[in-house]
Amino acid sequence: MYQVVDKQTIGPNLTQYEIMAPRIARARKCGQFVIVRPFAHSERIPLTVADTNPGKGTITLIVQTVGKTTLEMSQIEKGGAFQDVAGPLGMPSHIEKFGTVVVIGGGLGTAVIYPQAIALKEVGNKIVTIIGARTKDLLIMQDLLAKLSDQLIMTTDDGSSGKKGLVTHALQELIDDPNSRVDAVYCAGPVIMMKAVAQVTKPHNIPTIVSLNPVMVDGTGMCGGCRVTVGGKTKFACVDGPEFDGHQVDYDELMDRLTTYKPQEKNSLDQFKSHTCKCGRH
Amino acid sequence: MTETKDDLNRKLTPKERLAIERQQMPQRDGAERARDFNEVNLGLAEKIAIREAKRCLQCKNAKCIEGCPVNIDIPAFITKISEGDFLGAAAVIRKDNNLPAVTGRVCPQEVQCECRCLRCKSDSPVAIGWLERFVADYEMKHRTGKLEVTAAKTGKKVACIGSGPAGITCAGELAKMGHDVTIFEAFHKAGGVLVYGIPEFRLPKAIVQREIDNLQELGVKIETNVIVGRTLTIPQLFEEEGFDAVFIANGAGLPTFMNVPGENFKGVYSANEYLTRVNLMGAYQFPKFDTPVIKGNRVCVVGGGNTAMDAVRTSKRLGAAESTIVYRRALEQMPARVEEVHHAQEEGIRFEMLTAPVEVLGNGDGWVKGLRCIRMELGEPDESGRRRPVPVKGSEFNIECDLVIVAIGINANPLLTQATPGLKVNKWGYIEADENLMTSLPGVFAGGDIVRGAATVILAMGDGKTAARNIDKYLAGK
Ligand SMILES: Cc1cc2nc3c(=O)[nH]c(=O)nc-3n(C[C@H](O)[C@H](O)[C@H](O)COP(=O)(O)OP(=O)(O)OC[C@H]3O[C@@H](n4cnc5c(N)ncnc54)[C@H](O)[C@@H]3O)c2cc1C
Ligand SMILES: Cc1cc2nc3c(=O)[nH]c(=O)nc-3n(C[C@H](O)[C@H](O)[C@H](O)COP(=O)(O)OP(=O)(O)OC[C@H]3O[C@@H](n4cnc5c(N)ncnc54)[C@H](O)[C@@H]3O)c2cc1C
Ligand code: SF4
Ligand code: SF4
Ligand code: FES
Repeated sequence: MYQVVDKQTIGPNLTQYEIMAPRIARARKCGQFVIVRPFAHSERIPLTVADTNPGKGTITLIVQTVGKTTLEMSQIEKGGAFQDVAGPLGMPSHIEKFGTVVVIGGGLGTAVIYPQAIALKEVGNKIVTIIGARTKDLLIMQDLLAKLSDQLIMTTDDGSSGKKGLVTHALQELIDDPNSRVDAVYCAGPVIMMKAVAQVTKPHNIPTIVSLNPVMVDGTGMCGGCRVTVGGKTKFACVDGPEFDGHQVDYDELMDRLTTYKPQEKNSLDQFKSHTCKCGRH
Repeated sequence: MTETKDDLNRKLTPKERLAIERQQMPQRDGAERARDFNEVNLGLAEKIAIREAKRCLQCKNAKCIEGCPVNIDIPAFITKISEGDFLGAAAVIRKDNNLPAVTGRVCPQEVQCECRCLRCKSDSPVAIGWLERFVADYEMKHRTGKLEVTAAKTGKKVACIGSGPAGITCAGELAKMGHDVTIFEAFHKAGGVLVYGIPEFRLPKAIVQREIDNLQELGVKIETNVIVGRTLTIPQLFEEEGFDAVFIANGAGLPTFMNVPGENFKGVYSANEYLTRVNLMGAYQFPKFDTPVIKGNRVCVVGGGNTAMDAVRTSKRLGAAESTIVYRRALEQMPARVEEVHHAQEEGIRFEMLTAPVEVLGNGDGWVKGLRCIRMELGEPDESGRRRPVPVKGSEFNIECDLVIVAIGINANPLLTQATPGLKVNKWGYIEADENLMTSLPGVFAGGDIVRGAATVILAMGDGKTAARNIDKYLAGK
């Protein structure tokens, strides 16, 4: 069992967990993830390690409640424990000094790019961060990113905070602005957003690294469920990625594969919700 | 022939033995069992086992022993059975085989012990596998007392990486020698292919769990969720965790795909993924267990090995109306255990032999709708001595289906080997080990599928045993 040392709500449907996992805390490099099975009956779900405290032996996960497993997980309180946490998995982020790097996080992808931004900063890059969400309440980690970044741009679809519009608009403006540089782009978020970002950078040949999120089971290259097409070749995101060259990824295939279990996911969530209502405190 | 107390004690003449026909294993009706996950074979009753045991001719130069990769003294254990001393029979088997309840069920007996049986010449071989299973099950039910380690503690620490048959066997042997053993397992559950690959209807998980419990009784520690190469590295095991030797038995888990167009449509699985979802994650009990699996109404499984048989029979149990094996060679050339092929036939599985897929067809919405195949014919023999299948020009045709499971073999998973500097692998990525199963790194041994390529449970166990012996020697010399 893996103890939940701390738990905080950091936004609507967004929970930050600090988990005791000393070996993972020590081994983990930026860009890697863990596979979590919160209960014995749960699915194995991949979650990016947002931060670690090797001295204390803990790792930090930031989790958005989207379905049955993440919802049930959110009922585990501080002092409780996760059944299984395995990792760190995946290739560490490719970190080098480019000059100015634009780091883009959409929705929950912000949790994924945060450690990348730290690592990119450490090797001497200038960091411009763009975070976007549908609406103000869904923007996360502004304070942390504001401190870290040389420039922080926020966008919301409805204009409730920062610029109105999409992250790609903000990125296009940066590219078009003769006074700013964009030497590389790191991006994580909804697949459709990563696809759009790659389309913006491609004509300018700006190196673009995206972090992919296919459905996984083992996370060790054993099942092939996480396969994605990159540069016309099949790759296993859990061992070859999860980060890939954004200009080579077949996003449409990934988006399509992500819908594989939609009916089952809905069924599972509905049953869980109706069950909790019947036996809960209501 | 009916047994009386007299019969039991009387030694039969060879002629009398030869007169007994091979007994049948009771099994559940094909149509009934193809709808659930309970075990297919029901095991021999005591009387039947004794009768079968009496068929053994007690050969002086018993060839059956040579056919068994771990050289169990087969006539000796069979004699005990014929005398009604089942626990005595178990003790004979246990000298060479720690997991008889497993091997009795899954060994390909027809190409190992049984195919060397003298009785093959006259009628049919002694049912060595069924007898082994009988004895193991009897022992499980009737064993009293705890397993104990009698050897003095050596104070040496050994790590086994992986908890499949090779890792389990090695750990058990080393513990009995007095070493302090820890198994590191990547998954959340121990057992390797025995839990995530081979389905419940062929090998009940309770049996595997019993073996894992036995190990813990012997003092073996099992740490799950440790992926060696990621969570910990082999150098760390020595330098930071204080181990004196390491046995690598991480299996071969890397799925092979067909490399044909359309293979990434929704509804195409590797057998590894499909079986893991169903067996390890309990997807057949969704939504009680959260992991989903695509069930499929018309299912094609590509391949002809045990994995293919397990996948196709599983699909039937999940409710498919039609489940088909698509294999590029002929029925007799399938590498699966003969019993599994028979069972599959009884359960209504279709066999499209001499057929190879050339493309997975999509329905326009990202889902599989069929498999485009080409007919094959047998040409000249290849390196393996089997006649090589060659495509028949212009013979393409489509099989309609909504689920495709690819079971055409596995390869070496590079995750651990790539993270271990100095560990020599061959050109296919399998670990190189010498006759003592020591690798290029001193104190690091390896066995099972990661050395042999996809092989069998009993060979993996044999490696576990050989490695344990040599690790013990290595530690004594240190
Ligand atoms: C490398 C990687 C890193 C990730 N990091 C984070 C993170 O830091 N924080 C976070 O909140 N989420 C992260 N995710 C996504 C997270 O795994 C899913 O949100 C989670 O699995 C949803 O499970 P559920 O049962 O709650 O929802 P469900 O209702 O089961 O699924 C909702 C959606 O989540 C995705 N999903 C479902 N099961 C899986 C699975 N086994 N593997 C991957 N995706 C799945 C699918 O797109 C699905 O449509 C990451 C995914 C990947 C692949
Ligand atoms: C579906 C299927 C059916 C089969 N049917 C039969 C049959 O009927 N008869 C027969 O004789 N053989 C059969 N086989 C083959 C047989 O199961 C294998 O040859 C045997 O299990 C190999 O044993 P092993 O101990 O080498 O590895 P495995 O059983 O593969 O176990 C390896 C273990 O190591 C773990 N692991 C992997 N990487 C790491 C890591 N980096 N760190 C920690 N742990 C790790 C894995 O999770 C796994 O638990 C079948 C195989 C399959 C897949
Ligand atoms: S271990 Fe396998 S090969 Fe050996 S006797 Fe038993 S069934 Fe036969
Ligand atoms: S070869 Fe057959 S008959 Fe002879 S000892 Fe072995 S099992 Fe018995
Ligand atoms: S999750 Fe199974 S291979 Fe990547």
